[in-house]
Amino acid sequence: MMQFTDWDILRNLLLAARWTILLSLFAFIGGGLVGLILTFLRSAKYASLNVFFKVYVEIFQGVPLLMQLFLTFFGLSLLGIDVDAWTAAILSLTLFSSAYLHEIWRSCIEALPKGQWEACRTLGLTYAQTMRHVIIPQAIKMAIAPTVGFSVQIVKGTALASIIGFVELTKAGTMLNNATFEPFKVFGLVALLYFIICFPLSVLARYLENKNHATR
Amino acid sequence: MPLVSIDKVHKYYGENHVLKGVDLKVEAGEVISIIGRSGSGKSTLLRCINGLESFQEGAIYVGNQAVEDDELKLRLLSRSVGMVFQSFNLFPHKTAAENVMLAPQLVLKKDAEECKALAKKLLEKVGLGDKLDAYPANLSGGQQQRVAIARSLAMSPKVLLCDEITSALDPELVGEVLHVLEQLKEEGMTLILVTHEMNFARDVGDRVVFMHQGKVWETGASDEVFANPQTPELQSFLSVVR
Ligand SMILES: Nc1ncnc2c1ncn2[C@@H]1O[C@H](COP(=O)(O)OP(=O)(O)OP(=O)(O)O)[C@@H](O)[C@H]1O
Ligand SMILES: [Mg+2]
Repeated sequence: MMQFTDWDILRNLLLAARWTILLSLFAFIGGGLVGLILTFLRSAKYASLNVFFKVYVEIFQGVPLLMQLFLTFFGLSLLGIDVDAWTAAILSLTLFSSAYLHEIWRSCIEALPKGQWEACRTLGLTYAQTMRHVIIPQAIKMAIAPTVGFSVQIVKGTALASIIGFVELTKAGTMLNNATFEPFKVFGLVALLYFIICFPLSVLARYLENKNHATR
Repeated sequence: MPLVSIDKVHKYYGENHVLKGVDLKVEAGEVISIIGRSGSGKSTLLRCINGLESFQEGAIYVGNQAVEDDELKLRLLSRSVGMVFQSFNLFPHKTAAENVMLAPQLVLKKDAEECKALAKKLLEKVGLGDKLDAYPANLSGGQQQRVAIARSLAMSPKVLLCDEITSALDPELVGEVLHVLEQLKEEGMTLILVTHEMNFARDVGDRVVFMHQGKVWETGASDEVFANPQTPELQSFLSVVR
């Protein structure tokens, strides 16, 4: 049996952490894009679409992320569509984050006084002009802190991808533990690495939150 | 031909019949004050004139433009009809000048220099020539409301709708805003004001419209209506507010 030095363990975990970060980034960017589109469509008030948005958000917020992963990974292959763990993970994390980010951004937009919309309409601005020049600049200030805060949830969410066999930080930890039988050391390091990724994000979110309060 | 013509307009909020056949003609250059109890439909009527609310029956014309429930037509209408709100609704992330410039730049596609000059001219006109670069949060209520008036004027509307624009102000700031309205009247601007300022309505307004239960209950020349109210409803309203 192969021997693992401490350095081997750390090195393998660091290599796997790349995938955690990459997966988080993809999920955040993908979720952000889908979330943006949903947010724009929703505030444009196509009343007929509203039910769809509500159901969408309820499903992705109400079903555990793990089940979403299973359904994407196993469900799609049942339908004859072959997805690898990486695609399934990105797909479900993207949909999951899009629902949450959409909800965060929608609430920021709705928190703005209705009078802002009415003033724009009265002045003859189009919907796009209103969004771009009046609504988004104000909503963004409110949205930044919770958005960064949610990115921490995404990082932690990627751990679930280990269960469908995607080798990110958690999965690498499990594999190394099976090889070394040193759970405390291995999972201690895994936890430390998650902390190192998430802590700066939490600090940033808190900083932005305070800054935002100070300027209002 | 009247500038604004409102013809048997009915408006419902669900089951609630809010405007019950309102008729009103406003000539160019006229200053109309709309008075009446809370809930009588004054704001709703104003908001129907510029299309912020749709109505179910009747017709409203501004000039020869019909007010219809259609995005594009309403945007065109917004060039003729300006509105000032009780709560100012200034854009808090923009300076006074930027607030005034935004619509001419985006909607009328005037170039930046021209818009700047326009903003300066209009803010000077409302007595805020020294506040071009101030943000709304750093202005008093009276100053904010004057910026809001300048912002509406930047689109050179034919008629300006004002919904209780002094009601959110401290009493000592009301005068400066009313003064701007007087100035506009002298320049020949058509004004439709929903107001609680009875003295202003009597002294500056040409005509008073008393709304009651969703109808134009009584209307006439300002001095006459105040001196000689005909209906018991207006009599009792005036005795309460005076
Ligand atoms: N957005 C709305 N949805 C439902 N009902 C409304 C809405 N706005 C106004 N109403 C109702 O319409 C009626 C007339 O309201 P409106 O605001 O026009 O009165 P008003 O004369 O302006 O009163 P105030 O002096 O209090 O401003 C009221 O019964 C009010 O409850
Ligand atoms: Mg009102």
